[in-house]
Amino acid sequence: MSTLNDIAQFKQVSPMSGILRMERMPHIWCPGCGIGSEVNSFAEAIRRSGIDQDKLTVISGIGCTGRVAGYSNFDSIHTTHGRAIPVATGMHLANPKLKVVVFSGEGDLSGIGGNHLIHAARRNMDMVVICNNNFTYGMTGGQVTPTTPGGAIASTTPYGNYEYPFSLPFLADAAGATYVARWTSVHARNVTQAIEEALARKGFSFIEIISPCTTLYLRRNRLGDGVDWLQYFQENTVIKHGCDTRETAIDYQGKIVIGKFVDKQKPTYLESVDKRYVQVVGDDYQLYGKTVPEREAEEKAEQERIAARRAAALAEPEAGA
Amino acid sequence: MNKTKNGGYAEAQRVAADPKGVDAGAHFMDGDHAIAEGGLAAGCRFFAGYPITPSTETAERFAERAPEVGALFIQMEDEIASIAALIGAAWGGQKVMTVTCGPGFSLMVENLGLAAMTETPMVIANVQRGGPSTGMPTLTAQQDMMQAKWGPHGDNAIIALCPDSPQECFDLTVEAFNLSEFYRVPVIILTDETVGHMHEKVVIPPADQIPVVPRNNYKGPKEDFRPYQFDCQGGHPMTQAGDGYRFHITGLTHNERGYPAATAEQNKILLTHLIEKINGNADQIIRLDEDQIEGAEVVVVSYGITSRIAVKAMQDARKEGIKVGSLRLITIWPFCEKRIEEISSQVKAIVVAELNYGQMVREVERSAAGRCKVISVNSCGGAVHDPQEILDAIRRAAQ
Ligand SMILES: Cc1ncc(C[n+]2csc(CCOP(=O)(O)OP(=O)(O)O)c2C)c(N)n1
Ligand code: SF4
Ligand SMILES: [Mg+2]
Repeated sequence: MSTLNDIAQFKQVSPMSGILRMERMPHIWCPGCGIGSEVNSFAEAIRRSGIDQDKLTVISGIGCTGRVAGYSNFDSIHTTHGRAIPVATGMHLANPKLKVVVFSGEGDLSGIGGNHLIHAARRNMDMVVICNNNFTYGMTGGQVTPTTPGGAIASTTPYGNYEYPFSLPFLADAAGATYVARWTSVHARNVTQAIEEALARKGFSFIEIISPCTTLYLRRNRLGDGVDWLQYFQENTVIKHGCDTRETAIDYQGKIVIGKFVDKQKPTYLESVDKRYVQVVGDDYQLYGKTVPEREAEEKAEQERIAARRAAALAEPEAGA
Repeated sequence: MNKTKNGGYAEAQRVAADPKGVDAGAHFMDGDHAIAEGGLAAGCRFFAGYPITPSTETAERFAERAPEVGALFIQMEDEIASIAALIGAAWGGQKVMTVTCGPGFSLMVENLGLAAMTETPMVIANVQRGGPSTGMPTLTAQQDMMQAKWGPHGDNAIIALCPDSPQECFDLTVEAFNLSEFYRVPVIILTDETVGHMHEKVVIPPADQIPVVPRNNYKGPKEDFRPYQFDCQGGHPMTQAGDGYRFHITGLTHNERGYPAATAEQNKILLTHLIEKINGNADQIIRLDEDQIEGAEVVVVSYGITSRIAVKAMQDARKEGIKVGSLRLITIWPFCEKRIEEISSQVKAIVVAELNYGQMVREVERSAAGRCKVISVNSCGGAVHDPQEILDAIRRAAQ
């Protein structure tokens, strides 16, 4: 997308044109950055999901990945650094009819916002969190993050990283997330499928997408460019669905375990609130003027509309195919 | 510049309160509880907070009342998350509030800035205790007066109100919501431990006697939708997620469409709007309680619990023949600089009594600009003034 012509053409033909705010293109992401491919998968997942675009809200923190909200053609909030999840919590609880998606970087979500991540997971707050893990603070020029593998060079670990990194699936699982998956930006179809699954379910879903920052992480560690990394991913990822998340640690240039690790049901925060308050107040308990059966009926009707739209979407050719 | 094409605050649309949130009748209640009741009466249906003395009772009251009113209460993991949740919930369509005191307010200032920047209505009560840091958890102070205004980095303007009784905690919380909805700005209730924990009679009127500024959601054509209008006025509609307008809001400097536009020119337009919609409409916002200022030689400026102590000192001074008037600040921010300017050219001196090392006195000095003496009766907090200290200052002022 280097020339104006390309951009004009992209705006016309892109399958994402309804999903992205085309008036805001070109975007700020570097050529070869995995965020673009992730957003592609996100767009395709939304198309396939059958969700009403007007009923989906995208919330991001700060960073390269944090710019996703601003390019998304939905109600969207670009929050302060690390605060996307609590803003999303408020959005979801204020209007439970909305689907709330948080799309942000690993520094944002697990560093400065780590406390919010674990508590939203603990509460099984109904939202989809998509975390682009690029092993670096991209926006600020490539500093070490909580997930930078040991030994890797970052601008603030110029002699190599000597901290123990988080494995984000393990963290999310331990904190109570009911859906946890990890893919890489090379696994576009799996990413699409994971987001689609997460959008269709209730509860706290956490999807990590590994995609090393090409400009800062790969270059600084002399790991080649985006193309080399594609190959690396193909050769060094191991799919282990249902794997114990304690076994998902990432070593510097080691194997990366990917797959769907957790997919289970338990009442969401709001379902637990409803249950408790119906016990206290009785069946005429209302939230924002609506009883539980009234809200359930509305949701059922919306689910039927979603199913119809989804059937229509699946009958169309896959975007980008 | 007070009149706008939307009409000023006085002409803002008002409707009767939703009776579900109104616990009408005469109560014996503390200030903290009255703040929760004020919020519920004003239509607040979302509260996110984190416990901290001496403010927790507001959260507890809201949590207790939530199921019967149909509101939602959530105790978040910290105050950063609490105010962040308010921002999300406000754009999700609810009227929102939280409560805290100094240590929690310090954590909130990050997203207080985001709320001001994104013109998000919300009410935050700060039941002040002595500081700095953890300070005196159970003892009173008025040390966060400047923090309320200058807490967030960057220039901005908020509104702050200061109740002197549990009754005013109720009344001003309703007022705070109305101002917040009209100007789309965070409004802070700056009360203190003494008022927060003081039990007094609180009369909650029936719902049809509580005028409430309703959430004004944009309903026009999609092409014309703008989340903001940078014209230095209030009265602009909000929008609510799910209504199909696809709003975008950001903490970055932005244009009226809400999109980032970080240029010097755009920042000037935005900043001028954020500040002037409040300061430029100060006449409509500011409420003062005045007594015997006409012909006074000394005027005592005070606010919150300190005003009630000052009353005793002023009574004693009058017995001694000193002509003393009282200016009680109900609105703290924006500051009543015009009124101080007028008073300073009529009196010998202004006495400023406050439970801090001298905060609002700076505003008084700035506004008086040397036209009269300004005497500060400050205190390190922990207890209210001895009226004698204020009386002594009045005597000195009258000399
Ligand atoms: C409170 C605060 N601290 C620091 C920053 C500076 N900052 C901006 S983006 C960023 C890192 C973002 O890293 P990550 O979340 O991993 O996103 P990426 O850019 O890698 O996609 C930092 C530290 C900020 N904006 N706010
Ligand atoms: S700096 Fe890194 S993360 Fe940011 S856009 Fe460029 S490649 Fe992507
Ligand atoms: Mg990152």
